[in-house]
Amino acid sequence: MATQHSRSAARLMMAPAVILLLGWMLVPLLMTLYFSFKQYLPMRGDSFERGLEWVGFENYVRFIGSSSFWPSVQATLLIVGGVLVITVILGILLAILLDQPIWGQGIVRILVIAPFFVMPTVSALVWKNMMMDPVNGMLSYVWRFFGATPVSWLSDASVESIILIVSWQWLPFATLILLTAIQSLDSEQLEAAEMDGAPVLSRFFYIVLPHLGRAITIVILIQTIFLLSIFAEIFVTTGGSFGTRTLTYLIFQRVVDSQNIGLGSAGGVYAIILANIVAIFLMRIVGKNLDR
Amino acid sequence: MARAVTTRRKIVTTVVAWAVGLLIFFPIYWTILTSFKTEAQAVANPPLFFGFDFTLENYAIVQERSDYMRYLWNSVIIAGGSTILGILIAVPAAWSMAFVPSKRTKDILLWMLSTKMLPAVGVLYPISLLFVQFDLLDTRGGLIVVLMLINLPIIVWMLYTYFREIPGEILEAARMDGAGLRAEILYVLTPMAIPGIASTILLNVILAWNEAFWTLNLTAVNAAPLTAFIASYSSPEGLFYAKLSAASTMAIAPILVMGWFSQKQLVRGLTFGAVK
Repeated sequence: MATQHSRSAARLMMAPAVILLLGWMLVPLLMTLYFSFKQYLPMRGDSFERGLEWVGFENYVRFIGSSSFWPSVQATLLIVGGVLVITVILGILLAILLDQPIWGQGIVRILVIAPFFVMPTVSALVWKNMMMDPVNGMLSYVWRFFGATPVSWLSDASVESIILIVSWQWLPFATLILLTAIQSLDSEQLEAAEMDGAPVLSRFFYIVLPHLGRAITIVILIQTIFLLSIFAEIFVTTGGSFGTRTLTYLIFQRVVDSQNIGLGSAGGVYAIILANIVAIFLMRIVGKNLDR
Repeated sequence: MARAVTTRRKIVTTVVAWAVGLLIFFPIYWTILTSFKTEAQAVANPPLFFGFDFTLENYAIVQERSDYMRYLWNSVIIAGGSTILGILIAVPAAWSMAFVPSKRTKDILLWMLSTKMLPAVGVLYPISLLFVQFDLLDTRGGLIVVLMLINLPIIVWMLYTYFREIPGEILEAARMDGAGLRAEILYVLTPMAIPGIASTILLNVILAWNEAFWTLNLTAVNAAPLTAFIASYSSPEGLFYAKLSAASTMAIAPILVMGWFSQKQLVRGLTFGAVK
């Protein structure tokens, strides 16, 4: 039984973590909000000291009104959606495959999971040069071997290439979580269905898939949060050109390349709102889990 | 109950699984293999899978030309430092939430998680500005603090889920036997908590090692870790495949090994305990 004494001790122990995270969340957030209502172009001489001009919602309107906004939304949706579809579908198949009795299961698991531990800059550069280069890349050899003309992946099929690279990185995550979920499936239920003569497909759709429902939701939500902010993969491959400028990358360019802090901050606020919409759903699921 | 599986079916699934596994692993395998070739052999057509002159010169060149060890050291300091700092702050917090829960514990945990959802790019300028103000730009100390903060929610959550599995009755029994708070923590809880803390450290080092938004945006020369070092290879000069491969292999090898040990913790840590 917790006493008054241990209560206050507990509060004291929690304090550093809570205060730090509160500061980490509030200070930059309030600054971004503040800048988003200001005209702030350091290159043109705007500065803190001389005071910044209040422009109301102008930055918000201009960010959405700019010609690069909708293409960036489209790129974001394509990349996030594409990666989600690929990783979830292949993840389910892989999880089922790895759940089967096979020789060398441990080693195969390691091979499948390995890409997750490769740092984003390395995986992007390895794919860009070693795999997708139109002259020396592995894929170009394969294409030539079959008599086809090699593809300039990152310029001619840039969005698809980014989807491929990012899917490769996140497939292990989806597989691992779905595998963990599959392993908790009661095998007797499956056996009973098998004995009753249920074919493989209906066993999958009526028993395995419903059982995986929660895990799939979690995979989708967590990946969405991370995928909305992929950066290094685009930074070192296309640099945002060829239609791969995502919302994150557009904001990055507004802030860093064109040094329009006000405009970039307004974009940042949009990104924060977007991420929070996804986050609310994730929190509900995680929160329910806490009540157990 | 194990199902009886015919040998033939096992052979088929084994072959398929291995084929898929090798396909997924191929880019890593190919990078490691290429790092031992000469530059000319690295771009040979058709590609060389064997029969090339095994050489270690790429590793020597990478180290010599770009002072690889300095970036490695920065990665070690930043990943290690942010993890240790995070653990020191998170252990008391997670401990108190697991053993002295209050009505608000759940809300605090969820709120902590929500700070993890803040898109980094949304606060890029404020953080850079603060870094300039406090003279932290391109310093390891600044990065240690930032990476600690972005991973703190995950550390607290992971520790919390581990601590919560320690049965409270053990504490009561210890108290009955006259153990004080200090003895309780030192002799009862710590030994039981060590495996959980170790897994948390492992996962967090991996996350910090691979973090590639803040490390790219807040460093230039002095504090740049391996993520930034590799990014500098994005504009190729002449023949560089073998050297890129050597640099990449060195950057991912330590974490690949650690990652293989932490598969289970990965699921728990990255789903915030929702899947175990």
